[in-house]
Amino acid sequence: MPDADTVPAAAAPAPANKSRGRNTRVSEAKARLAANTILYVDGVTVAFDGFRALNELSLFIEKGELRTIIGPNGAGKTTMMDVVTGKTRPDKGDVLFDEGSVDLTRLDEAAIANLGIGRKFQKPTVFEHLTVFENLELALKTDRRILATLLFRLGAAQARRIDETMGLIGLGDRRSARAGTLSHGQKQWLEIGMLLMQEPQLLLLDEPVAGMTDHETEATAEMLLDIARERSVIVVEHDMEFVRRLGAKVTVLHEGSVLAEGSIDYVQNDARVIEVYLGR
Amino acid sequence: MTRLFRIQSKAGWAAFVVIFGIALVAVPWLNLMIPVDSPYHLPDYMVSLLGKYLCYALLALSLDLVWGYAGALSLGHGAFFALGGYCMGMHLMRQIGTRGVYGNADLPDFMVFLNWKELPWYWFGFDHFAFAMVMVVLVPGVLAFVFGWFAFRSRITGVYFSIITQAMLFAFMLAFFRNEMGFGGNNGLTDFKDLLGYDLHDQSTRVGLYVASVVLLACGFLIGRFISSSKLGRVLVAIRDAESRVRFLGYSVTNAKLFAFTISAVLAGLAGALYVPQVGIINPSEFSPANSIEVAVWVAVGGRGTLFGAILGAFAINGAKSYFTGAAPEIWLFFLGALFIGVTLLMPKGILGLASGLAARLKRPPAATPQQETALVAGREHA
Ligand SMILES: Nc1ncnc2c1ncn2[C@@H]1O[C@H](COP(=O)(O)OP(=O)(O)OP(=O)(O)O)[C@@H](O)[C@H]1O
Ligand SMILES: [Mg+2]
Repeated sequence: MPDADTVPAAAAPAPANKSRGRNTRVSEAKARLAANTILYVDGVTVAFDGFRALNELSLFIEKGELRTIIGPNGAGKTTMMDVVTGKTRPDKGDVLFDEGSVDLTRLDEAAIANLGIGRKFQKPTVFEHLTVFENLELALKTDRRILATLLFRLGAAQARRIDETMGLIGLGDRRSARAGTLSHGQKQWLEIGMLLMQEPQLLLLDEPVAGMTDHETEATAEMLLDIARERSVIVVEHDMEFVRRLGAKVTVLHEGSVLAEGSIDYVQNDARVIEVYLGR
Repeated sequence: MTRLFRIQSKAGWAAFVVIFGIALVAVPWLNLMIPVDSPYHLPDYMVSLLGKYLCYALLALSLDLVWGYAGALSLGHGAFFALGGYCMGMHLMRQIGTRGVYGNADLPDFMVFLNWKELPWYWFGFDHFAFAMVMVVLVPGVLAFVFGWFAFRSRITGVYFSIITQAMLFAFMLAFFRNEMGFGGNNGLTDFKDLLGYDLHDQSTRVGLYVASVVLLACGFLIGRFISSSKLGRVLVAIRDAESRVRFLGYSVTNAKLFAFTISAVLAGLAGALYVPQVGIINPSEFSPANSIEVAVWVAVGGRGTLFGAILGAFAINGAKSYFTGAAPEIWLFFLGALFIGVTLLMPKGILGLASGLAARLKRPPAATPQQETALVAGREHA
């Protein structure tokens, strides 16, 4: 059985059958890679029936960086996350992880998750028939193989970590509640809690405060800032208040590529950004 | 070891011991020890009938493991059941020896009738009980592993999975109907004489087979509990709820489903193997699509994802079937159809779900019912 956690640490070199052009581009790219990138996306194109959801997208995220991504509906934000997490294969381009040491385009979802890349979906997806505790337990970083999972026994330290996380996401008193009975905001938090249990190096959050009240949004912002201290985080959001609150570098996507990048004040005053996104 | 005790609650263990204990002791006692003229005597045919139900219950339980937990509705489980049954049937055929109509020690009667000169290679080894038992496990297990590997790796889910399992079943049925296959064509395998030296027509042998069925079902139930109460069991439920989310947590959905499907097929095969000596025949009708669909009805009626519900459903429906086919055979199929529609519409969690729902309502009358809670959540989602 192929095993998800015996992933070959594929150094990025392209296989021999790839064109020369690509070969040189990767090595050139590697040269350009600062020692510090956690995620390196370069020249990525994804087309659905000829329509380019991503168009020569390039994006570099540094280790420990918190990055916010904004852009109009259909700009390709979710598709970018699909490419990074292995759900969608790019037609063209490089997606490298951890200082360019791993080529993500060759791995499946489970292998990428086990490398330390966690993802929260736009529509909150928790396991409705499992309890809050069980949801977190499944996410807990452990041996993912079948037999190990069958014989798994939760240690005391692990149980304490789950309890701590439950407190952090404000669900300490809902331990045995089925996830399906939680409110929308609580589900979002549970999903963030699950990501924390995975101890990822890189966290991708797709619209984490969609549908939250102002109060919940503020609490989430604080939580994210806390989380981002120990890992790299990419947040996609439409809520500009929230983006401002995070105070991180902002990348604006439009029609599948980067339109502008910089501080929130910089992009908010960019004429093209105002035209395609903020002005409407 | 303690893990074994924690696969179910104390109350669960108590119920388990009581139910299987009664099945194990009371039935043989009422049949063998109580005089025939006593009103408490259990007639011989009832023992065989209950033994048959037990095999059906194990088949239902095996389906519940993949459908109720992993969410993959297999409509081809009858194939695993029948293959286990054929492996046992082949051994029983070889046990006949020279006692067949043609008195041929080397060939089963149907091969002599077809003018075959020698035993096909795939019949070799079935003279030995141990070999046949290994095949009972291996044939359904390997088939499920290979079939499941292709299906799950290609991410075939939902109704498409149901359809291809049904197609597999249908292919087996057509193949086994052919005389050239060497499995007795549409007559199948029958006229068995004895098993391990015990005459199959002796009542004590029948009681022995019944007891073996109880023990096997109990083991199947405990294996199912062991899996469903483990973290892997929760991964299976998670796959049923949101398959792709499980992948992003780093679990191999393919391997988890493959594990459940293979174990399930082995249990179904074992059920078939014990079924055949109790009914005295195995033929290709066991592969008929309607039979496999009926198994899904048993599970749905009893309550999915509970293991015990599958057993309950198998007994309830087969009990009703035995009654109706005696009392009013013409309405049985209508009754079954109506029951399935009724259960799907009115009791989505089956008999067990209905029972536990009533129990919960009695415990906390004024609180919001689960339906109200979900409605609240759903309302917020749409807002
Ligand atoms: N599987 C798919 N098949 C066809 N088209 C797709 C598919 N996935 C995405 N698209 C299209 O690609 C474009 C980019 O979609 P994407 O979901 O990445 O946008 P987004 O930036 O996340 O938008 P939103 O803010 O609405 O979430 C959209 O036009 C969408 O319709
Ligand atoms: Mg999106």
